[in-house]
Amino acid sequence: MTRPARCAMFLVAASLGLCGFALAADPTQSAALPPLLPPAQLLQPLKDSWPTYSGDYSGQRYSSLRQIDKSNVSHLSLAWTTRLNGEVRDGRSRSPFAPPSNIITNVGGEGKGDYAIPPPAVKGAVLQVDGVLYVTSPDNAWAFDARNGTELWHYFWKTRGGTHIASRGPALWNSSLFFETPDDYLVSLDARTGLENWHVPIAAFADEYFSTMAPVVIGNHLLVGTGNDSDAPGFLQSFDPGSGKLQWKRYMVPMSADDAALKTWPSLDAARHGGGQVWMPGSYDPQTDLYITGTGNPTPGYTGVARLGDNLYTCSLVAVRVATGQIVWHYQTSPHDTHDWDSSQTPILFDGTIDGKPRKLVATAARNGYFFTLDRVTGEHLVSYKFGTTANWSKGTKPNGQPDPNPEKSATVPGSLVSPFEGGVTNYQAAAFNPDTGLFYTHENTGFNILYLTDPDPRGSMGLGGKRFSIVGYTGNAFQAIDYRTGKPVWRHVWPGNGGTGTSVLTTATGLLFTGDTNGNLVAMDAANGDLLWHTGIGNISAPPETYGLDGHQYVLASVGDALFAFVLY
Amino acid sequence: MDQRPDWRRMSFAGGLAVLLLAATTATTPALGQTAPTAAPPGPASIFDQATFPGKQRPPGDPAVIARGQALFGISCKACHGADLRGGDLGGPNLLRSALVLGDQAGEAIIPVVQKGRPASQGGPPMPAFALPPADALAISEYIHSIVGRKVNQGGPPPQPEKPLNILVGDPRRGAQYFTAHCQSCHSISGDLRGIATRISNPATLQDSWVAGRRSGTPVPGVPATPPTQVLVTLDSGGTLQGTLIHLDDFTVSLTTAQGQYRSFIRQGPQGVRAVQVRDPLQQHRQLLTQYTDQDMHDVTAYLATLK
Repeated sequence: MTRPARCAMFLVAASLGLCGFALAADPTQSAALPPLLPPAQLLQPLKDSWPTYSGDYSGQRYSSLRQIDKSNVSHLSLAWTTRLNGEVRDGRSRSPFAPPSNIITNVGGEGKGDYAIPPPAVKGAVLQVDGVLYVTSPDNAWAFDARNGTELWHYFWKTRGGTHIASRGPALWNSSLFFETPDDYLVSLDARTGLENWHVPIAAFADEYFSTMAPVVIGNHLLVGTGNDSDAPGFLQSFDPGSGKLQWKRYMVPMSADDAALKTWPSLDAARHGGGQVWMPGSYDPQTDLYITGTGNPTPGYTGVARLGDNLYTCSLVAVRVATGQIVWHYQTSPHDTHDWDSSQTPILFDGTIDGKPRKLVATAARNGYFFTLDRVTGEHLVSYKFGTTANWSKGTKPNGQPDPNPEKSATVPGSLVSPFEGGVTNYQAAAFNPDTGLFYTHENTGFNILYLTDPDPRGSMGLGGKRFSIVGYTGNAFQAIDYRTGKPVWRHVWPGNGGTGTSVLTTATGLLFTGDTNGNLVAMDAANGDLLWHTGIGNISAPPETYGLDGHQYVLASVGDALFAFVLY
Repeated sequence: MDQRPDWRRMSFAGGLAVLLLAATTATTPALGQTAPTAAPPGPASIFDQATFPGKQRPPGDPAVIARGQALFGISCKACHGADLRGGDLGGPNLLRSALVLGDQAGEAIIPVVQKGRPASQGGPPMPAFALPPADALAISEYIHSIVGRKVNQGGPPPQPEKPLNILVGDPRRGAQYFTAHCQSCHSISGDLRGIATRISNPATLQDSWVAGRRSGTPVPGVPATPPTQVLVTLDSGGTLQGTLIHLDDFTVSLTTAQGQYRSFIRQGPQGVRAVQVRDPLQQHRQLLTQYTDQDMHDVTAYLATLK
C-alpha cells in the first residue's frame, strides 16, 4: 500500500492563493463528518440515491421513483449537461466558454505521465449519494453536483500503461470512493475531497492484466475483479475497504491438481492459462449471502484445440460466498467457448413463479445469444432460450440447458459464417428486470461475420490471436422484452437501419424503460408493449441510464462519451 | 474478453502528458500563462503504444540476443519450441509464462536455466543446464526480445504467413447454387466478369461477395455498396423518393435524384404516413441466415474460376 504525497498539491495551491477549495477539502475536517454511505444502507430498497453499480444489489435496475410516468415522460427536459475534463488542472479556468472553476486536480499513480490515454468517456455506473455524482473514466475520477452538474473535484492517476478500454464505475463505502485502474491498482479516495487515501496493486501488470470492473461493496468486503486478454487465470478478490488488505482471492480456473474442475481441461497448464476473467460487477442476494457473478471467456480465445473440454469456470454464472470466496454453485452458460463471448453480463436476481412454484431466481442474457433462468439458491437450471434471433453457432441445447457448440462454427481455415459477430448479441451493457411486468429487458445485436482460422497450429494460438473476422452484414438490431419463464420475447422492437449497437436499460415502477436506440437517441418506452413515448437525440448512449430523486424532482441521467445529461420535469 | 466492439472509433488526447508534466514539475507556474501547446497527436488506437511491461522494456543488445538465440537453439528449443510457444517434449509456452513475464533482468529465468525445475503444473521436470551466468543471461535476453514482439490482446509474435488454402469448395456445386440464388441479380458475363482477377485473394473475394461489398480497385462513381433507396409518403398524400441518408424511429432523410436533401419528422401533426425502404442488399442479408458454410465455400470456389 502506498500513501501519496498529498501535501505537495496543497502547497502549490496555497502559494497561488487558490486555497478556497483546498481549505474546504481539509481531510481532517472531512473525517469528522458522518459517513456518506454506511454499507448497511446498501441493503435498503432503492429510492432516491444510486449508491452501487446497478442501483441496488439485485441487478434489476428498477427504480421505485414515480414522478416520471407514461403520461408526462414526453415533457422531460434538460436540467443540465456537463462534460468530463481530464486535464490536470492547477486551479485556473482555461476556457472563456466554461464557467469559472478553481478545480485543482489531485494527482496520484505510479507511472511517468507519458502514456497517451483515451479522452474521458463514461462507460459504467455513475453513483449518486447525498446530492453528489461520482464518475470514473480510465485513470480519472470526478465528483459533480447532481443538481446542476458543477464539478466538485477531479482525481487523475498517472498510469504505467495497460489496456485503457473502460472504467465500469466506482464504489462507495462510508466516505471512501474506490475505483480500479488499467495498470491494476485499486485506488481509495476520500469521496468528499477526491484526495487519495491509499492504493494497492490487485493483479500482476507484467502478466497483462488490466482492471476495469466497478468494485462492489458488501458489508466489510470490497469485491474486485480484473481483466486480461492474454492467457492468464481470472480471479475475484475481496479487500478490506478500510485498509486495502486482501481478504481472499478466488480463481475462476483450476490452479492446482486437486481441483475438481480440472477434469474439464486437458492439463493443469492449459487451465492455469485458461482465462475466465471477472470484469463486470455481479449481483448479491442478502438472504443467501451469495454474490453471483458472470465470468469471461476461456483463453486462447479462438483456438480451443489446446483446451479441449468445457473449461470451468469460464463463461459461467458463479455463486460465491462473500465471507470466504468459496464457490457454492456454478452454471456454465457457454461450455468451451471459442468466440470470445464472455458471460460477464451482470446477472439479475428476482423472485418469480416457475411451473406454479414460487422461486428465488437469477436470470442472464449472455453475449452468446442465450437467455437463462436458474434457481439462485441452488443453481438449478430452469430455462434456456436462444434470444439471439440469428445466432447459429450451436447445435441446440443439451439436457441440462447448456448450448451445445457446433465445432464447425469455430474459426476455420476456409471461413465459417457465424452469428453473432465478435461483439456478441449483447456485451457489457446492462439488462433490466421490472417486477411489475415480470419482463426482462435487453438489447439484441444481430449480424454475421466470416471467421477465419489464421493460425492452425496444433498447440492453439495465444490470447485473442490466430483468427481474422470480416463483418458481412446485419439483419436488424432489436430490443427485447423477455418472459423469464420461457425465455421467449413478449415483444421485440427492431431499430430501423442496419448496424449500431443497443445499450443498457433502466426501468421504473411507473412502467417505463429508458435505453439508447442504435441511432443516437435516448428513448423512453412503455415497458408493457415497447411503445416509444419520448426521445432525445443526444448521441450514442455510452453508460447505463439511471434515475435519482432530489428536492422532490426525479432526474434521469444519461451519458454520451464525455458528456453527462440530466433530464427532469418542470 | 474484448469488452467493447467500438474501440477503433476512439480518438486520443495527446495533450494530457504535457499538461500533466506542467502540473507536476512546475513549482511556481506564472499566473496568466496561456495553456500549454498541444502535444503531438496520440496513437490511433489504444493498442498502438507499448501497453504492458513486456513491450515497454528497452530493446536489448542485439549481439547478446543473437548469442542467446543460438544458445536457446542448442539447449531449450527441443522442449520449448523454436517459437517459444511450447514443444513436443512438453516444455511450456514461455511467452505466457508468469515467471518469464515477471522477470526483469534474468533474476528469475537464470536460476531456472542453471538449476532446472521439478515437475510442476502437470508438465515434465526441467533438467539443469550448466551454463555460465553470461550465457544464461543471453538466453533470458533472447526470450524477452520475443515476448516484446507479442501483438495486442495476447496474440503471439507475427510469423511468416502460412499458405492456407481457403478454396475447399466444389466449383460445380457453387455454379448450381449461383444459378439458383444469385443469377436474378448478378451475371458472370456482366457485373461479375473477371471478378477473380479483380479480387485475386480468395478470402477477400469471399468476404466481398457474401457482404455484397465491391472490393478490388475502386471505380470512380461506383460505391462499395449500392445506396439504399427510400420512398416517403406524407400525411398529405404526397410522395418523395431518393437515396436514404438517415432513418430511425423519429426522423427520415434522403437526397432526391435532383440532389436535394430533405428530412422529415415521422410522427406529429405534419408527419409521415409511410416509409418504404428498398435495401439493395436485402437479398444478401436474407441469404446470411440460409447459407451453410459449404454453400459459401462452393460459391467462392466457383467465383474464383471467373478470371
